[in-house]
Amino acid sequence: MTTLSHAGNIILDVRDISLSFQGVKAITSLSFSVQRGEICALIGPNGAGKSSLLNVLNGVYTPDSGEIHYESEHFHKVHPFQAAQRGIGRTFQNIALFKKMSVIDNTLSGLSRHGRSNFIEHAFKLPRARRESAEFLERSEAVLEFLELQSHRYTMVGNLAYGLQKRVELARALVASPRLLLLDEPMAGMNAEEKQEMSRFIADINRDLGITVVLIEHDVRVTMDLSDHVVVLDYGRKVGDGTPAEVQANPDVIAAYLGAITPGSVH
Amino acid sequence: MDTHHTMNDTTILPRTGRLDAHLAPVVIKDGKSLYAWLWLLVLAAIPWVGSEYWINAIIIPFLILALAGMGLNLLTGYAGQTSLGSGGFMAVGAFATYAFLTHLHLSFPVAIFLGGLIAALVGLIFGLPSAKIKGFYLMVSSLAAQFLLEWVFVKFPWFYNYSSSATISSPSIEVFGLDISSAQGKYYWILGVVVLLTWIAINLTRSQTGRNWMAIRDMDTAAAVIGIRVNHSKILAFAVSSFYLGVAGALWVFVYLGSAGVQSFSLQRSFQILFIIIIGGLGSISGNFIGAAFITLLPLALDFVSQTLFAGMVDAGVLQNIQKFIFGTLIIWFLIKEPEGIARLLTNARSRLSVWPLRF
Repeated sequence: MTTLSHAGNIILDVRDISLSFQGVKAITSLSFSVQRGEICALIGPNGAGKSSLLNVLNGVYTPDSGEIHYESEHFHKVHPFQAAQRGIGRTFQNIALFKKMSVIDNTLSGLSRHGRSNFIEHAFKLPRARRESAEFLERSEAVLEFLELQSHRYTMVGNLAYGLQKRVELARALVASPRLLLLDEPMAGMNAEEKQEMSRFIADINRDLGITVVLIEHDVRVTMDLSDHVVVLDYGRKVGDGTPAEVQANPDVIAAYLGAITPGSVH
Repeated sequence: MDTHHTMNDTTILPRTGRLDAHLAPVVIKDGKSLYAWLWLLVLAAIPWVGSEYWINAIIIPFLILALAGMGLNLLTGYAGQTSLGSGGFMAVGAFATYAFLTHLHLSFPVAIFLGGLIAALVGLIFGLPSAKIKGFYLMVSSLAAQFLLEWVFVKFPWFYNYSSSATISSPSIEVFGLDISSAQGKYYWILGVVVLLTWIAINLTRSQTGRNWMAIRDMDTAAAVIGIRVNHSKILAFAVSSFYLGVAGALWVFVYLGSAGVQSFSLQRSFQILFIIIIGGLGSISGNFIGAAFITLLPLALDFVSQTLFAGMVDAGVLQNIQKFIFGTLIIWFLIKEPEGIARLLTNARSRLSVWPLRF
């Protein structure tokens, strides 16, 4: 479907990825591509393979077959650490924060792999460690400010409200300045107001910081408003791919996913 | 890895109008350093206040146990790796120091430092399984380390220089040419070591190294995904922890006891260190001192109570059992109600006190 060999402005190109768990197919020869600077939404019913796909993209799962082209490289398998190293940031469906650490410490931990000073330098507070820690702190503070989390900086994450925890997780991913940000249901379990706030932050991250975003979201309305590009999955297959308007008009998509919703009520 | 991501001024966050606004570095309020200086002053004044008995029999073991607690706390309270091998690693530090003193005739501070390094190396080796196993199973493997190390120091006489009593003892302890065998000398020397290692522990726990440890403790899978080198960090925690324990072990033999065998570092010792950090506070540096003070002072307090209230009518054996009973109850209580120990209770009390007029 996507024959984009002149991939100048394509940041991520997924080619023919298949994934199965002990014979059960989770993803079946899936291909799609993501333009640099866009917000791409993956939608589909539960069990459609959306989270599995994100796990393939940042190396938690190894696909059975297929290739991923990211920036100028292509790989079949990548280790999560290398994915992080290459600028792929990630948040999780079930919050994966460090619960007994403060907001600022959680954010700082996102910079861990950028650290160049070793533990001896940390132990004796040698100049390079001091410089690095001041620099990291400044960057983390900038991110906390961007996400309006400063007033919570010393709060232990486990004591924060759910919506704020989601935002801290975003801060931890953002602080490492990813080029591609994978968000797994960033608005799950939020009320309308919190969803609106989160959408605003995602839009800001995309527009102001120029970060490409791939997100999974169940709220169709929010997804259509927020994203430039929608990929629809059903039973591990792609059933729709295009702009929000195109996807909503696609009869296959309506049958597979939006079936219960009349097209008029979507927008 | 041809697009290796390196750090420079622009990679983290492109400067946008919105981000540029307030980049002023935050000033973390550090009223704590004042407390630290006050504490140091109090500690430095102790030899003028306390009797020789108090220094030798209570304060010195208290400081050494606090140091050992710090070692285990870095591993268990910060990096989340359980261990029952503390006694074994203390023994390694003590016996290695002894070897450096007797065979290589090194000076005391150098021998202790190298002894700590040997303990760190042994800790690193016994930490290797932590890459594969965790929790209960890791604890069992540390138990194996404890028994193996105890056995080694009994089985091979070379370690105690073929002495008939199978013990090691200090030839004479001199530090930079000064004899420190007086109570005051011992005290200041130990205080110096403890203050230095405490400062290092605080630096580590507040640095990226410490954050990596805590991240692994709280959720190791997420730590790996955000790019923390989990196995490397765990093994480093084992090594650093064992260094502290090794130094504490050497001080225990050569400064506190004078001479000792491997029985001083039995499983009982491992449990004692574990109790110190549970009662004092997991994941707290000050908690080690609180826990060590508690564990050294409780027997004295009990003794005092029985002497004054019951005029010595309570049998010593009964007292010991009461002591065990109190420890057991406290440990269960802390594990269930307040895993962060007395240190957390104190911070809670302090923050409550600072706002209490406004509470009603």
